[in-house]
Amino acid sequence: MRWFWIDRFTEFQSGQSATAIKNVTLAEEHLHDHFPGFPVMPASLMLEGMAQTGGILLGEKHHFEHIVILAKVPVVTYHGWVVPGDTITYKARLMDDRPEGGSVEVTAHVGSRLVAEAEIIFSHVEQTGDFQHLNQKNFVFSSGLLSILDVGKAGDEVLS
Amino acid sequence: MTPEDIFVKVRDTLVDALGVDDDEVTLESRLEADLGAESIDFLDIVFRLEKNFGIKIPRGELFPEDLASSDSGLVKDGLVTTEGLASLKQRMPHFDLEKFSLDPKVENMRDMFTVQMLVNFVKNKLAV
Repeated sequence: MRWFWIDRFTEFQSGQSATAIKNVTLAEEHLHDHFPGFPVMPASLMLEGMAQTGGILLGEKHHFEHIVILAKVPVVTYHGWVVPGDTITYKARLMDDRPEGGSVEVTAHVGSRLVAEAEIIFSHVEQTGDFQHLNQKNFVFSSGLLSILDVGKAGDEVLS
Repeated sequence: MTPEDIFVKVRDTLVDALGVDDDEVTLESRLEADLGAESIDFLDIVFRLEKNFGIKIPRGELFPEDLASSDSGLVKDGLVTTEGLASLKQRMPHFDLEKFSLDPKVENMRDMFTVQMLVNFVKNKLAV
């Protein structure tokens, strides 16, 4: 399985906000275990989708020069189930942006229904010293995940 | 803003950042040993102090980053040198240098990160 928890960006305002969608489908293996007969999107994976949306928003601001790691989730609240057939819309706003890291506020909606919201803090790790052999694939997003930025461009003109 | 007002706001900041109860937070509380802060919480605290007090805190100004590194020249055999103490005095007037100088082991530095230190820092910032 590839660690893609958003499918497409539908809006991207560099350094300010980003909106991404995630289509939930019964083809996802884990939904058959979570739970048998009652498939719902795991809350932890919604958080991952929120972190990917916000992490790319922060990373893009710095032209992906830093490794962005999810450092802390001071607040996360879940308000309802997400089931196969739903489209989750993640909206992230960049709240803080500093050389050593940043923070975002993210909401998750299905239609007009708020299903989750979170504050997420990211830390920048420099690719020097102990971290020089690491690459982005171990962290919030991989260079593969960044291809999501091209999906909208390739498929239609949603992302300009 | 009086020192008491600053303390109340710093306390609220720590309640939000660290998930502690407000009665756990006193001026003497150490951020790590008493309030359970971890290194990443320091970034969260900086974000919240900036927001709550409307101040800007440049990197390394509140919590020193490079002092303890082996190539800083400010630490020798696990002790902060005289030059290191002088550097601290200049860069971190909010730090209780007098107390730290009594036993300037690098490992003791984190115990100096107290609520009082945050209050001093904000007070200095607001005075500028």
